[in-house]
Amino acid sequence: MSMATATHDADHDHGPAKGLKRWITTTNHKDIGTLYLVFALTMFFIGGAMAMVIRAELFQPGMQLVDPQFFNSMITVHALVMIFGAVMPAFTGLANWLIPMMIGAPDMALPRMNNLSFWILPFAFTLLLSTFFMEGGGPAGGWTLYPPLSLQMGEGFPFMIFAIHLAGISSIMGSINVIVTILNMRAPGMTLMKMPLFVWTWLITAYLLIATMPVLAGAVTMLLTDKFAGTSFFNAAGGGDPVMYQHIFWFFGHPEVYILILPAFGIISAIVPTFARKPLFGYSSMVYATTSIAFLSFIVWAHHMFTVGMPVVGELFFMYATMMIAVPTGVKVFNWVSTMWKGAMSFETPMLFAIGFIMMFTIGGFSGLMLAIAPADFQYHDTYFVVAHFHYVLVTGAIYSIMAATYYWLPKWTGKMYDERLGKIHFWVSTLSVNVLFFPQHFLGLAGMPRRIPDYSVQFADWNMVSSIGGFVFGASQLLFLWVVIKTVRGGKKATDRVWEGANGLEWTLSSPPPYHSFSEAPVIK
Amino acid sequence: MTHTANDYYVPHGSYWPIVAAIAMFITVIGAALWINGELNGRLVLFIGLGLVAFMMFGWFGTVIRENLKGVYNDQVDRSFRQGMMWFIFSEAMFFAAFFGALFYARVLSVPWLLGMDSGFSTHEVLWPGFSEAWPTNGPGDVGGEFRPMGPWGLPALNTLLLLSSGVTITLSHWALKAGDRGRSVLWLIVTALLGASFLGLQAYEYIHAYTELDLTLASGIYGSTFFMLTGFHGMHVTIGTVMLIVIALRTAKGHFTADNHFAFEGVAWYWHFVDVVWLGLFIFVYVL
Repeated sequence: MSMATATHDADHDHGPAKGLKRWITTTNHKDIGTLYLVFALTMFFIGGAMAMVIRAELFQPGMQLVDPQFFNSMITVHALVMIFGAVMPAFTGLANWLIPMMIGAPDMALPRMNNLSFWILPFAFTLLLSTFFMEGGGPAGGWTLYPPLSLQMGEGFPFMIFAIHLAGISSIMGSINVIVTILNMRAPGMTLMKMPLFVWTWLITAYLLIATMPVLAGAVTMLLTDKFAGTSFFNAAGGGDPVMYQHIFWFFGHPEVYILILPAFGIISAIVPTFARKPLFGYSSMVYATTSIAFLSFIVWAHHMFTVGMPVVGELFFMYATMMIAVPTGVKVFNWVSTMWKGAMSFETPMLFAIGFIMMFTIGGFSGLMLAIAPADFQYHDTYFVVAHFHYVLVTGAIYSIMAATYYWLPKWTGKMYDERLGKIHFWVSTLSVNVLFFPQHFLGLAGMPRRIPDYSVQFADWNMVSSIGGFVFGASQLLFLWVVIKTVRGGKKATDRVWEGANGLEWTLSSPPPYHSFSEAPVIK
Repeated sequence: MTHTANDYYVPHGSYWPIVAAIAMFITVIGAALWINGELNGRLVLFIGLGLVAFMMFGWFGTVIRENLKGVYNDQVDRSFRQGMMWFIFSEAMFFAAFFGALFYARVLSVPWLLGMDSGFSTHEVLWPGFSEAWPTNGPGDVGGEFRPMGPWGLPALNTLLLLSSGVTITLSHWALKAGDRGRSVLWLIVTALLGASFLGLQAYEYIHAYTELDLTLASGIYGSTFFMLTGFHGMHVTIGTVMLIVIALRTAKGHFTADNHFAFEGVAWYWHFVDVVWLGLFIFVYVL
């Protein structure tokens, strides 16, 4: 089979353009995937630096380093940067790199739009971060931008709103590309139920994105007109309602949290079978569970606002609907564990991160179940318990899956092996420190420490100091990750095509690194 | 490598995406500066919009030229179609946010302010004098006295115009498929004219609202939902009309054949979508 190139206009393309032009004009899914991943890593460290400021301020009670307004903008922008700048672009980067290789396609379906979806992002985040240098500073009302508080922002307000619009446009275009690629570019014989789960979870994630990002765009547009054009959407005096914003926002926001975790499920479902040397247990139930989670994500949004004042019927509906999510999620965890059951397991770095994910994501899932119980949530709401909960699902969930994916596929991408010893050190230091960082926050929350506060009562001092120490170690250990990646790219040992002896899937049939256009001719699917 | 029907097609690199990203960046900076009352904001905004228009000419021009050269295969055509459908779905969800706001205000927030169910104490303590059901500008009488827009004058006529335009674009499509290019262009022109008349009447309606009904964007929740919904819809009709004109020119130039005219169909879908949104608007904003 010729691996030359796919058709390029009438002539043949001979690989990437030279220098900077390659990265600016590229239509290649691997180049764009790399851009996304590098961007995400950069934003991960920018958002991480903000987290360090937060933990430094909370190291001791009393005001230490920054003024409260700046502290509030740190927690706000930390969230926006990590969600929209780090985790989502990282998943999109993985989608770009992997989906065409996994379904036997030469590239994404709409390659030029793919380029645009990436290149919007640096501009969007320049816009967002530039608000720090404007009168009134960065956004400081929390990433959810609840009015009327968020409307009190200074000159940066419209810049922040437009940054969200741009990031949303980027996500929507990226998602259209993913869906069309999956539905239209599969190699002959690659039926839907033969697709790797990473492709399945991204198909559903992309659907969630297209359905909800426009709703967020609508919500923030209403904020903009409420502030500057005299509309009354969120103003009770005019017949509107600030709570209405929360409903519209969380109609976006809850599917969004599944956008941040479904691709992670796909990654774990790829890694666990490889290192357990067994096929994935319950493939079709995984697909159905993913679909159920996506469906449920649209009818549970108000569990983020149990204490806002809702009719009791609403509280009950959203409580039961939320608890139902535990069922398909439980199916997934059960399947991963069953895949490992009696497998010939080995514990290379990707597998360590995958097992870490399963353990700690489940802890976050359980605390989520606690929060789902409306009367109990009245106690937990807006405390550090919530902070602990979503950091377990996002850091040791989403971020761990991205780390696992990086270690797992980096040899395929670069053709070189990473340093296994450093990888393992990275895993163990991260895992110990991340639990020192976030586990005590459960205690703080249950004891009543509110979130989004720069100062606190002395009774919370001990666990905050422990948490901060964990935070500094966790932050530092990510520099090790950066070093491992750079070291691999600059020259690791040569990787084989299959890389892992237990790996299955089309991407492992290509060379390491793969050809510029993955499959110029459709591969044969067994 | 021999080219067969099963060959994949990947377009070559292009500078247009980066031009698009920069154009969008400049546009929103201009808009933000303008909103903040900076002197040069409007200038920056128009430079940005000019760049957007330039980019669209350039990018779409490239795609059209490539298409006319015949380098696109059926798979590319399907990708374009599916992409357009999902784009329209995302647009529908954008409108859903504003319809959601309308329904929330009408079904929940205004009745709560009037004392319904759990709103009892809100009403008693905060707004005891408030008794005005929909259409309302709220207990604070935000924006002052106004009269609501009735459905059976211009809005009904506008409904008729848009529904007819849905018929005329289908007639144009049929003509194109029958190979009758002249008739196809004619019906496209009629469709674009119907769209333009709709916009003209809507502009007249807005002037009527502002000058005679004292109904403005700032007239409480009624004014907010009325103008934001009809305004965004009008913006989409404007975009749709421009698209129709482009398609009419392209049909006249003979860009489309009876069985290869994705751009035409994409515009037609978009136009029908705008039509359906208007029906929702007419029912929920004007009639009910």
